[in-house]
Amino acid sequence: MAVTREDVLKVAKLANIAVGEEKLDSLASELNSILGHMEALSRVDTERVPPAEGLSSGGARLRGDHGPADSLASAPVTFAPEMRDGFLIVPRLATHDGSQERSP
Amino acid sequence: MRLHHQRASDAAHKLLAQPLSECVACVREGGAVPVDLVGAAFDRADDVGAGRESLNIFTSTDRDRATEHAKSLAAHMGLAEAPGNLAGVPVAVKDNIATLHTPTTCGSRILEGYVSPYEATVVRRLHANGAVIIGKTNMDEFAMGSSTENSAYGPTRNPVDIRRVPGGSSGGSAAAVAAGIVRLALGSETGGSVRQPASFCGVVGVKPTYGRVSRYGLVAFGSSLDQVGVLGRTVEDAAIGLEVIAGCDPLDATTADVPVPRYELEKKAGLKGLVIGKPREYFPEGLDPRVAHECERALDAFRELGAVVRDVSLPHTSYSIPVYYIVAPAEASSNLARFDGVRYGLRVMSERGLGGMYEETRARGFGPEVIRRVLLGTYVLSAGYYDAYYKKAQSVRTLIAQDFRDVFASGVDVLFTPTTPTPAFELGAVKDPYEMYLSDIFTAGANLAGVPAISIPVGAAAGLPIGGQIIAPHFGESVMFRSAFALERALAGQYLPGERE
Repeated sequence: MAVTREDVLKVAKLANIAVGEEKLDSLASELNSILGHMEALSRVDTERVPPAEGLSSGGARLRGDHGPADSLASAPVTFAPEMRDGFLIVPRLATHDGSQERSP
Repeated sequence: MRLHHQRASDAAHKLLAQPLSECVACVREGGAVPVDLVGAAFDRADDVGAGRESLNIFTSTDRDRATEHAKSLAAHMGLAEAPGNLAGVPVAVKDNIATLHTPTTCGSRILEGYVSPYEATVVRRLHANGAVIIGKTNMDEFAMGSSTENSAYGPTRNPVDIRRVPGGSSGGSAAAVAAGIVRLALGSETGGSVRQPASFCGVVGVKPTYGRVSRYGLVAFGSSLDQVGVLGRTVEDAAIGLEVIAGCDPLDATTADVPVPRYELEKKAGLKGLVIGKPREYFPEGLDPRVAHECERALDAFRELGAVVRDVSLPHTSYSIPVYYIVAPAEASSNLARFDGVRYGLRVMSERGLGGMYEETRARGFGPEVIRRVLLGTYVLSAGYYDAYYKKAQSVRTLIAQDFRDVFASGVDVLFTPTTPTPAFELGAVKDPYEMYLSDIFTAGANLAGVPAISIPVGAAAGLPIGGQIIAPHFGESVMFRSAFALERALAGQYLPGERE
């Protein structure tokens, strides 16, 4: 299951990370090297072994429905890259016309 | 560090070097004032060269705020209400744990200058117990690394030998304790990130049971593995620290509603009849002879204390690194999706609109190791590879956890192993990613199984500390501390952590 340049490109797209052409070969080689060590797992018979699901017994506890868990000491406007009228502002999708313009 | 502050008294400097219990008692009795202790910690940071140009221990410090906090504590001293188990004690906190007013960067460019609008439960508990946070410590970016060389703010160096790494990812916290700046620091563990640097720096590091300590406010990396841990100069320091931060938290549904015992009460307990398992997989033929030698000496010390050392086996140990480096990156690829330039942190605009902004922000904001792991995690979760990698790894993880359950069910009270395969290596010495991953070979198993473990210094080779690890059953921190206290006492005089200037 060797990782190809195309695989790296596909995975980078899924992970929302821009990867330059010049880095594709080295990343493919690194991932292949790391995944090569993972092949050892294929030697383990896990046919009747369920995958680990959680470490705590009984699952996660539920808390009471008491509204927000915690109040913020500073408003989102103090740390968000761009806000207007209480909304986070993001660029338009590239599929829309005039994508360089900001959303209104 | 600001230069205009007056140097703290000699008495405060001496007190800073004393065990936490004595330090706290002195503050409570009015023999020392917190502001003087905090001043001594900052003086010490200056004296040892904690700054960026030398050890590079902190990502940020705020002496003025810490001083004001310490002054405000003084008002409560001598009053009826208890000032807490860490009254006036300066502590350091890893930079992936949210604090108010000071940045939480995770060692990443993508969060440069980011100040959290809420604080972690563990930080709240430190404050409630009278501790004063003097700074945030350097770390491998998003806790991904074993040497603190992956920080966007430059590598931290080992105070024992400045040419060497302090381990990671909690390298800044381990270095702060080893350099004598603080007696107690918080770190975080996903695969050994507290115990491995503790071992490299000659201090004590604890990874609690999964569910023992709240992760509310800990920036998530691998959610089925992450735990906040403590680093202390001695076992007692670490025990006091863990007791403060442990316990059920309504803000973290993964915390368990299990009472927190008084760990420091284990200090004087004996080990007669205690069964200590020596897993053969942790003492392989190729183990560094210096590590093997010191660990065998520790086992001899256990025998002299009346414990029974029994050879045991954890047969799936060799799979813990492949399993860990599938599960942790898979979880990281999901957890780190939130860093996309929309809500906080870095934003890099792109001509390609919203999608381009996501991609450029993440490409520019993340360092090479984080990108490598996010790609790896995305790959093992992607259609066509999920069963072969992720599902397989989770099944083998079941077997690894079963190994621990079986060995403890067989009458073994705790396990003793080396913490790391080698002592601290030189900066830049390990270039291959997988070779770096192997640093976690003796620590990752406890994270995969969720059991508690402690690393304590058991010896040294050519001046480099060597750590031994004690692993206990789920919520067995008491027997873990009992064993660690006794071993530390038995080895005192041969190698005492922190006995370096």
